[in-house]
Amino acid sequence: MKITFDWLQDHLKTNLKEKNLLEKLTNIGLEVESVESLFAENELFKIAKIINTEKHPNADRLKVCDVSVGEKEFKKVVCGASNAKEGLITIYAPPGATIPKSKTKLVIAKIRGVTSHGMLCSGSELNLSDESDGIIELPTKYEKNIGKSFFSKSKSNFIDLSITPNRSDCLGVRGIARDLAASGFGKLLELKEKKIKSKKKQNLKVKIIKEKNQGCNTFGSCLITNVKNIESPKWLKDKLSSVGQKPISAIVDVTNYVMLDINRPLHAYDADKIEKGIIVRNSKSGEEFTALDNKNYKLEKGMCVISDYKGVLGLGGIIGGTRSGTELNTKNILLESAYFEPSSIRKTSKKLNLDTDAKFRFERGVDPLSIEDGLNKAALLIKEICGGEISKIDIQKIGTYKNRIIKFDTNLFKNISGFNISSKEMVKILENLGFICKKEKKYLKLIVPSWRPDITQEIDIVEELLRISGYDKIKIINPVKERTKSTLTQTQKLFHFLQRAVASKGYLEAITWSFTDENYNAPFRGDNKNIEIVNPISSDLGVLRNSIFSNLIMHISKNLDRGFKDLSIFEIGPVFTGVNPGEQNTVVCGLSSGKKSRLSWIEKDRDVDIFDIKKDVIQTLVEAGYNYNEFFIDNETPNYYHPGKSGRLFLNKSKDQVAAFFGEIHPNILKKLDVKTENLLGFEIFLDNLEIIKKTLNKQKIKFNVSDFQKSERDFAFIVNKDVKAQDMVNAISSVNKDLIKNVKVFDVYEGQNIPNNQKSIAISVTIQSAEKTLNDNDLENINNLIIKAVENKTGAKIRS
Amino acid sequence: MSDLKKIKNEFLLRLNEKLNLTEINNIKTNLFGKNGLISSQFKKIGTIDAHERKKFASDLNIIKDELQELINLKINEIQNSEINAKLEKEKIDVTLPERNFVRGKIHPVSQTIDEISSIFSEIGFSVEEGPDVENEYNNFTALNTPDNHPARDMHDTFYLDKKKEKLLRTHTSPVQIRTMLKDKPPFKIIAPGRTYRSDSDQTHSPMFHQVEGLYIDKEINMGHLKGCLNYFIKEFFEVKKIKMRFRPSHFPFTEPSAEVDIGYEIKDGKIVIGEGNQWLEILGCGMVHPNVLKNVKIDSSKFQGYAFGIGIDRLAMLKYGINDLRAFFDCDYRWLNHFGFDPLDVPTNYRGLSR
Repeated sequence: MKITFDWLQDHLKTNLKEKNLLEKLTNIGLEVESVESLFAENELFKIAKIINTEKHPNADRLKVCDVSVGEKEFKKVVCGASNAKEGLITIYAPPGATIPKSKTKLVIAKIRGVTSHGMLCSGSELNLSDESDGIIELPTKYEKNIGKSFFSKSKSNFIDLSITPNRSDCLGVRGIARDLAASGFGKLLELKEKKIKSKKKQNLKVKIIKEKNQGCNTFGSCLITNVKNIESPKWLKDKLSSVGQKPISAIVDVTNYVMLDINRPLHAYDADKIEKGIIVRNSKSGEEFTALDNKNYKLEKGMCVISDYKGVLGLGGIIGGTRSGTELNTKNILLESAYFEPSSIRKTSKKLNLDTDAKFRFERGVDPLSIEDGLNKAALLIKEICGGEISKIDIQKIGTYKNRIIKFDTNLFKNISGFNISSKEMVKILENLGFICKKEKKYLKLIVPSWRPDITQEIDIVEELLRISGYDKIKIINPVKERTKSTLTQTQKLFHFLQRAVASKGYLEAITWSFTDENYNAPFRGDNKNIEIVNPISSDLGVLRNSIFSNLIMHISKNLDRGFKDLSIFEIGPVFTGVNPGEQNTVVCGLSSGKKSRLSWIEKDRDVDIFDIKKDVIQTLVEAGYNYNEFFIDNETPNYYHPGKSGRLFLNKSKDQVAAFFGEIHPNILKKLDVKTENLLGFEIFLDNLEIIKKTLNKQKIKFNVSDFQKSERDFAFIVNKDVKAQDMVNAISSVNKDLIKNVKVFDVYEGQNIPNNQKSIAISVTIQSAEKTLNDNDLENINNLIIKAVENKTGAKIRS
Repeated sequence: MSDLKKIKNEFLLRLNEKLNLTEINNIKTNLFGKNGLISSQFKKIGTIDAHERKKFASDLNIIKDELQELINLKINEIQNSEINAKLEKEKIDVTLPERNFVRGKIHPVSQTIDEISSIFSEIGFSVEEGPDVENEYNNFTALNTPDNHPARDMHDTFYLDKKKEKLLRTHTSPVQIRTMLKDKPPFKIIAPGRTYRSDSDQTHSPMFHQVEGLYIDKEINMGHLKGCLNYFIKEFFEVKKIKMRFRPSHFPFTEPSAEVDIGYEIKDGKIVIGEGNQWLEILGCGMVHPNVLKNVKIDSSKFQGYAFGIGIDRLAMLKYGINDLRAFFDCDYRWLNHFGFDPLDVPTNYRGLSR
């Protein structure tokens, strides 16, 4: 909502300054978005006369004009307008002025070799009209004003307010003035509005059809006959221009003025174009009309339309149609002032994707009792400017408006705000806002003013009182430092732990969008359905991600293109499995590319490999509190991993839920997504699949128990089929004697010379120690034999002699 | 000259020659080995006359000690000179680079969430979460924003179905609804998380982060709200004093509603929070609307309280001087390295937010 202090003063008597005004507006909830000084800019535009024109030496269409702005010296201006000729009185903009339409600031410039000091303006450039062919031609009576500012001096700034959707009353200057007056910023002026005095009947029949979901309950109108629609007088044009509205013609300007002044949208029809009479009804499916925005709209069933006996004239409260629109030659007009239901307006405008000033007001709620005021004010102004004769006002309605009544418990104010004001003060504030108050013991019986559809219950009254009293009166009550409940749940703690554990392995944390490019999502989607966004921001962000890999690969690819090679990034966040709330899982997903060691004087170059990634996953899980000795790993992984170089990890051998996948990303995917890297490894840890550790740290610490007896380390080398897993051999050894076998470690894997083609040699070191005695040669020999037997039996291996 | 003296003199002489470690060890064996000269003298003790035996034993021990000491000294000398010779050779250039290490980083948004959680933890808030995909009811209707309410225009919503029943939550406020439906009052929670609006330019990202706050109990009023936010802002920006103002505003789910501005000034091109005469809007808040309480079946004549919503990304930008919101989600390696935090920088109550 745009206002000026000047306009406010039509409704408000105050001695305070504009600076105080801005502060006050913000303090009562009418937020000042911006303040622009129009005056300083507009003052520069001068009334000027062309004294002489010459053809531009280098351009056929341009002229070089000598322009008088009342000074001794003429301004040399290059002008392309065909109507620029000697003696023409027009408007001159000097260097430094900003052209309202293009918002460009003029500078002294050479145009085809001739220096131009400023420019001569067209109506369109100054936002005065749509006329862009040629410069403005002012009547000769302006001769005496040459050198003066064209725009009248207005000391007011242009103030743009952000009105919250509940405050429809403040979409008119008077509503804002009323709020200001209630808060002590001056006095609201009583309006002595004149009323139409006419004996002439409004003889154009209006009918509101009583039907289900009728969006209009009252339709007021009057006829104004024999008008001459002309350009608005200067005061009206200035008024509208001062808030950025473009003057069009007197009739349109008057309706706009009344709308901005008292938040009362009106519509003027060319009465001669209305066939027989007005019918307010619901639209039929498929009806069409051309609106004033020159677009054709096809209507659905049940939209509130104003029609005549021929068809739709316009959408009530939203936009009129071209068929009955007023033009400069319009003689007889029908002026409409009606009430439309906010929900009906909103439904229709949403469906048709239409936004107009009237729609904006009606959907928020216009004062239902302002119908006659609007007609009186507008009709009399039109008559004053355009002449003609006004008929009596005709009001058709299918319902009556009753003011809302609220019983307000005055104690509620203190309960909510934390401070007190007297009930006398309350009554004063509310009366200034237009409420009618009656004291009833502990209560105030309040009649809500018709222009406040937002006020429906007691809490709304608290807000009004608090807003006008001032939010600065709320006293700070310091918080108590007391914690009765744990801040984080165990799952949340695990989230934070995994996040920082992975980062501490050298990964940079990324946060990417929850949606992604379908092409990047597809390889990782698995059995999930595409979860499409109906209205994506762009087609390449059209689906919810089924895996974090989609976005991470996209971004690692961008970083590779920036010339980085050795990258490790990760993200912890949601992946989606369905379209319903809760169909999402939290995943920690990481990617690593390039080399572990590159161009090092001390180490050989080495690519990142699966065992680096496996270490990161395992170390993270061990740090998070899971038992390494229980882990079970196999090689069943989704098809976006390299089938031979990837693994699946379970927290224990029962293989309930997958804790993690790790491995190389499938080379086909790198090819398809054009990821330029030597290698790319990734992992996913599924937070929701990890069993939550409920024991506190003190309960996790078991008794300290170590053996000081001598330990022995024995090495074994087995020949075994290639498909046998090292994990199975280790498990076979561990299970021989859990008390004596302290550690089992694979320290060599060999394939090749001296080993049959389908076999490999695995060397394992076993640490044996008893808690009771030093083991003698005999004991050790026994265990050795058991170990060899166990491995041979369980895996088909043979000990290497 | 007795045998003992002879042995002593002979070996003292030999030990004073220039010897290597093997030669000394040989001498040691000659003297103290199983059949060494000194060892055999000890074996003789029993055969000596009783009256001379004491003196002989004493002399023998003295000689033994003397020779042994000298041998040890010589061995030590040689070992020391060997170490010194080795050290002389083993000089390396320690300015050569160490083995490679990589530093991981925590994203500024995650760090900021942890900071926020730490601050609110101290005054008794616990952390709640909700799903990113919401139904229309939790995101709007239950929050007193029925269909056809103009306030829905303030949120450009991503929908997941044509009927507009499933959507990506436009704010973290639906967590209020979930929390209150699930439990009984009092409630004292914060809910940080991802939020989505179909808006994208320099200052808007289609995904961003919010933290919701909710405190419902019997006598919670706007003074408590002001106190809580005043505390939070001071702690978060790590300043002693803060200029803060509450400004009336409108949100369908709170009433009275307020927007909160904090004072700032620009000093040497950097924003300084808490001083100066400029106002910066940082959050929206208010008393939970009775209609919302009614929707979650809480008696608003018995319970009342406040709620607030803060943009996390914006807080991070203000605190850490980050200019472009979209860079948060662009994943530029250099940016993540620059604005990320060491994983060891865990914000805690006792250690504070910063090192």
